[in-house]
Amino acid sequence: MGIYLPIAEMSVNILVLLAMGGAVGFLSGMFGVGGGFLITPLLIFYNIPPAIAVATGANQVIASSFSGALAHIKRGTLDFKLGTVLLLGGVAGSTLGILVFSWLRSLGQLDLIISLTYVVFLGTVGGLMLVESVNAIRRSRGGAPPALKKAGHHNWIHRMPLKMRFRASKLFVSVIPVLGLGAGIGLLSSIMGVGGGFIMVPALIYLLKVPTNVVVGTSLFQIIFVAAYTTIVHATTNQTVDIVLAFILMIGGVAGAQYGAKVGQRLKGEQLRALLGLLVLAVAVRLAFDLFLPPPNVYSLVPGL
Amino acid sequence: MTVLRRTLLSIAAMAWLAAGAMAQSANPEGIQIGLSTDVIRITTDFAGEDLTIFGSLENPDVLTARQSRYDVVVVLEGPARPVTVRRKDRILGIWINTLQEGFVGVPESYSIATTRMPQDITDPNSYRQLALGIDYLHVQPVDRERPETLAEFTAALRERKRASGLYSERIGGVQFLSTSLFRATLSLAPNVPIGTHKARAFLFKNGLFVKETSAQLAIVKSGFEQTLYRLSTDHGFFFGICAVVLAIVTGWLGRIIFKRD
Repeated sequence: MGIYLPIAEMSVNILVLLAMGGAVGFLSGMFGVGGGFLITPLLIFYNIPPAIAVATGANQVIASSFSGALAHIKRGTLDFKLGTVLLLGGVAGSTLGILVFSWLRSLGQLDLIISLTYVVFLGTVGGLMLVESVNAIRRSRGGAPPALKKAGHHNWIHRMPLKMRFRASKLFVSVIPVLGLGAGIGLLSSIMGVGGGFIMVPALIYLLKVPTNVVVGTSLFQIIFVAAYTTIVHATTNQTVDIVLAFILMIGGVAGAQYGAKVGQRLKGEQLRALLGLLVLAVAVRLAFDLFLPPPNVYSLVPGL
Repeated sequence: MTVLRRTLLSIAAMAWLAAGAMAQSANPEGIQIGLSTDVIRITTDFAGEDLTIFGSLENPDVLTARQSRYDVVVVLEGPARPVTVRRKDRILGIWINTLQEGFVGVPESYSIATTRMPQDITDPNSYRQLALGIDYLHVQPVDRERPETLAEFTAALRERKRASGLYSERIGGVQFLSTSLFRATLSLAPNVPIGTHKARAFLFKNGLFVKETSAQLAIVKSGFEQTLYRLSTDHGFFFGICAVVLAIVTGWLGRIIFKRD
């Protein structure tokens, strides 16, 4: 069943897009990642021009993140205060990122830098998560009590000034690392064209020691705003948001997100982390293949001169 | 893919046909094509189509026609736009875009239909002179300083366009319905470019080029698609806000409809 996309100026199969949106939405609801790092490469793979894939991906991420966040609000697993502080940092970082983006473009080889950033970040984050969570699972299988947060055992982050209490996350921590984390992720987001959930989730878990169940909702909350910001910036400057394409992806995405949130609820924290680690690592390996394996065709056409 | 058959029947050509039949003179042969519409509107369900163009020969020689010595080639050429061809090479184990070559005046799409195998119609030299066919159509390099890579990049340009379906070829796509009336079927790709296309018909007799004719065809987006497109280009910020609101509403409705807890 074909449908014509008015901005991308091409005809695509609506069922393929619904399935794509559904699968990404499912993972999004389950892991609290927006899914931008999945949907954008998938759209490019489906011959959608990269500029449109990035902007439209951001638009669809809003819908599935909002839908997922509503489910978390109901369960009380969304820390609004923590999310807002992260967001403040995020807006600053995104703005800086847009400047860095145009600077990198003027140097040429922007595509290569984006690919390398993806591989390095996804590979590192995915690998670390997988190792940690598999160890945690083996510990709990071995009959040892799950490693609880030890009172008084804090890392350097917890020794910083300007402490703030985040009730829903059972956290008492300085705002400096929270703002810094938000800014760093905002910076990467605007360069890579993603919401940054795949970095946010592990960073909240491992650096700030936020409980895994609260991390998912809070991350989704923050992603809604980052993705909305990205969408509006792209629509204004590049006119690359294809609203028809985004809407089809959204329909699949919101349905998938609800099922995903349900499945995620049944899994243990370490299982969830292991699966997300595996997924992130898989995307990194896939992108690394593109960099290192001979491409099926060495020639490519780009409109314009 | 639902392939609709769009018929562009030439009323003018039909009328001419009647006139031509009456006046069987020794005038030289000519060729006519006509389009019943000069605009194709692309609607939401567009998934690529077949385009049919009718045409006729002027003053055909009956004997030559009976021996099937007339050949017709019909081309639909999309708007010309600049394009850059890039080549990837392996540097330190990583595949990186290295060389590139810019071309101007490259038709974005090129669909060709012929009565027979191209090599049976005329020789490569004629094709080259007429700039007719995917392998012979004229592309203008921006920079002629590297002649050794120019041929390589020109070939790559044609090959990539073919692979994307924007350049297509239909052997036997032109059929004679009578001595003088013919029908050409061309493919419009799902990603056919918006803009003014040029339909051209070439007549060959005994392997020699006789005459050419052309007609214009505009491919435009239909009302809804055009409105969205115009909104996105003229009011980008407002369009972005709408896209965000749509996403929020869809997310909220999705939560209500698909609620699982």
